[in-house]
Amino acid sequence: MHVPDGFLDAPTSAATGAVAVVTIGVALVKARTELDDKTAPMAGLVAAFVFAVQMLNFPVGVGTSGHLMGGALAAVLVGPWTAILCLSVVFMVQCLLFADGGITALGTNITLMGLTTVAVGWLVFKGLQMVLPKRISLVPAQAGIGALVSVPVAALLFVGLYAVGGATGIDLGNLATAMVGVHVLIGIGEGVITFLAIGAILAVRPDLVYGARPILERRELEIRTPTSGAAA
Amino acid sequence: MKRPSTRPSTKVVLVAVLLVALALAGIVSRFADSSPDGLTKVSEDHGFAGSGRTHQGLFDGYGSLTGVIGVLVVLALAGGVTYVVRRRSRDDRS
Repeated sequence: MHVPDGFLDAPTSAATGAVAVVTIGVALVKARTELDDKTAPMAGLVAAFVFAVQMLNFPVGVGTSGHLMGGALAAVLVGPWTAILCLSVVFMVQCLLFADGGITALGTNITLMGLTTVAVGWLVFKGLQMVLPKRISLVPAQAGIGALVSVPVAALLFVGLYAVGGATGIDLGNLATAMVGVHVLIGIGEGVITFLAIGAILAVRPDLVYGARPILERRELEIRTPTSGAAA
Repeated sequence: MKRPSTRPSTKVVLVAVLLVALALAGIVSRFADSSPDGLTKVSEDHGFAGSGRTHQGLFDGYGSLTGVIGVLVVLALAGGVTYVVRRRSRDDRS
């Protein structure tokens, strides 16, 4: 969903650019609380992994493809603020080295595919974690659902931006239907990739998955008081 | 409760993730679908593809070699940024 230069007018692009700059600034401060000795070495690799998987376009219907955006994946692995930094680096490198996404559209692409998928993916993930039983085995599916939802939301946000500053006047209802339709399919791919990647790390080292830590810590607290039951 | 013998070390996991990323960018990417992506297709169908402009990047698109270089550049930049802002276990919890 890399937006090229010219789809959105200059004021809209400047606005998304400002949103991206401010959010990255906040993330630089907030990420510090997420990045400890375990997550810090993971963060760079998560960004590199997202970059690699974004190269892998999969077919969604005839003559159309899609690829991972990676916000939910990165947020669950290293925390949402760190994920924003990781994805911003990915989009900058894609823009400057590969001309993938326009230069004036860099803020738009960071906002849509970075900030939006991180925020939606993480909030859906945490929401599911709150209402469902606290089990490690549920984490990959919860992350996958967050990932699935995040992609059509990003597509809908693009339509919103197009309504404000789109290059040509077109029927916005039709645009929204088409964008959400194809991005639900891409979202399914996003969900499957996220499920598999989180599941793989979780299987070997659950403590390296940021989103699984609250459950692991609960479990450790329970384990460390084996005599409490006998005393009571 | 620690099972160090059954769990791979952090270093092993990190190296494995890097190797997977390099293999995806360098090899698997050859099999990626080259059809237009969702937004490009929608812009064609709805008549605003023409308003898009491309610029010249450093590389001429994604290939096996440039993909691998991209992975390493992203790793260096993102790793560098997060290394600088990370919490240091000593100075923070003194």
